[in-house]
Amino acid sequence: MLTVVSHALDDDVTPPRINGRVAADWLTHFILDEIRTRRAMNAAVIGLSGGVDSAVTAYLCARALGPQNVHAFRLPYATSSPSSLDDAQTVADALGIHLRTIPITGAVDGYLQYEPDADARRRGNVMARTRMLVLFDQSAKLGGLPVGTGNKTERMLGYFTWHADDTPPINPLGDLFKTQVWALARYLGVPAALIDKAPSADLEAGQTDEGDLGITYARADAILRVMLLGYNDAQLVRRGFDPADVAVVRRRVESTHWKRHLPTTAMLSNTAINEFYLRPVDF
Amino acid sequence: MLTSPRVAILQSKPRKGAYAENLRAAGEAFAQIVAGGGADLVVLPEGALTGYFLEGAVYELALPVFRIADDLARTWREAGGARADIVSGFYEDDGGTYYNSAIFVEVDAIGERIAHVHRKLFLPTYGVFDEERFLSRGRSLKTFQTRFGRAAMLICEDIWHSIVPTIAALKDARILIVPSAAPGRGIEGTRDELTSVTHWRNILTSTAAEHGVYIVYAGLTGFEGGKGLSGSSAIVDPFGRLVVQTNMTEPCIVDGTLDMDEVDMARASMPLLGDLRSVLPDLLLDDELPLPRGRHDAHGR
Repeated sequence: MLTVVSHALDDDVTPPRINGRVAADWLTHFILDEIRTRRAMNAAVIGLSGGVDSAVTAYLCARALGPQNVHAFRLPYATSSPSSLDDAQTVADALGIHLRTIPITGAVDGYLQYEPDADARRRGNVMARTRMLVLFDQSAKLGGLPVGTGNKTERMLGYFTWHADDTPPINPLGDLFKTQVWALARYLGVPAALIDKAPSADLEAGQTDEGDLGITYARADAILRVMLLGYNDAQLVRRGFDPADVAVVRRRVESTHWKRHLPTTAMLSNTAINEFYLRPVDF
Repeated sequence: MLTSPRVAILQSKPRKGAYAENLRAAGEAFAQIVAGGGADLVVLPEGALTGYFLEGAVYELALPVFRIADDLARTWREAGGARADIVSGFYEDDGGTYYNSAIFVEVDAIGERIAHVHRKLFLPTYGVFDEERFLSRGRSLKTFQTRFGRAAMLICEDIWHSIVPTIAALKDARILIVPSAAPGRGIEGTRDELTSVTHWRNILTSTAAEHGVYIVYAGLTGFEGGKGLSGSSAIVDPFGRLVVQTNMTEPCIVDGTLDMDEVDMARASMPLLGDLRSVLPDLLLDDELPLPRGRHDAHGR
């Protein structure tokens, strides 16, 4: 009998892998280059929600800039989960970064009192945009750069508030899927309680990301990893993905391209910005 | 003939668009090279003095060949440098036509001579790249004589097409000088580096071993709008052995000495280039190849 050396096709239905050390080192240099080298600044301003994305961002900024140069903010609304506040405190304590709590209830309610019929989605968007208002003002006060915390999965699924979560000028995690952020969190030593809990935007009581999205991050990431290469739905199903899952992801991706762009500007000249007049962001 | 040229690769991290500032920084690095005993060949990466991703600003920053030659030579002399050859990537303005080019300039105490300018042949224009939107491509691959043997310059993607280093070797190049700006990506690998860096090293080592050539690879570093250029400057010997390779993210100087006799040794022990010279005519006379043949081409037979 001869030995049979066999090779199976890649198991494409698994979430994307990540080398935590390589990613952490690369992103640390990204933060250093963007904040110190390019902008001659020295500090980062981060909204610390108690979730894993902002925790990983804080860990990376502390590695890059030193904990004394990381200014984290808890920005709770009246309905925010107390456990989220505790988890944010845990991160700040572990890293030794600055942490300040500024409730946004007064600011949010100051507007919403005139819109008593606003549904949960509208209220959530007002909270997200209020938080960004605070972070940019603290940036001006402290001379630190706001650092975004959005991951690639939520960006691709459009699961964020436009011109709120996506507004900071730099974003270390924006090309990492959620499952990769979890793996990076483990590499960086983020407390397990933050990694293992169900992700939540914490805009409403009992809300979870996966409940809102109708699919788990593991399944969504496995599909996105392949879909973003250009495979169509039939090819994805042939590769072993569940047709219903593929439909959920495709619908969210296709309906949210606009959220990943700047506002659409009517072109009237041959010097239209970003159409004809093309300069890189760091020029 | 210099049989053991000392090479200094300046893995630079330019500030975007700040040509004068970047030239000053290069001058400081030149002074460090001089203080360390000098170099016969100094190699700077693609986009070394401007940054790589320029988009429309390339028209503001591109320089005529004589100007970059003058600037490099003057900066080297002001740093106290003696006789040396300097290679640098730069954006070239040829009377309103723009190229991604590399210059090889011979510098001594009283003057300089431009030995060769290579215009990048393969302009990546896909995904993150948009070179051909702004630049014209080079049309020829020339080799040229240096103090340490015949050389060719290939810029970044040029060396990814195996036929390009093959042609350079067939034209008697013994050393390939490769200024590059490679945006790093790929975090799923098991090695402690980006997978794009691993891929690059595989190309460099296999190319050097196949043709028995030295390869001097100068990689740009630093982040440009979120895209990190992956450095990893390297020297590969004619047996395909990695002599030295530096880091992905920090500016630095790679100091190495070549032994040009190794080119003969490698070609004698593994005569692949000689074999290719022998077989090549048969391969190229194959009518199925899409090559121009007099008044006919492959599609017009």
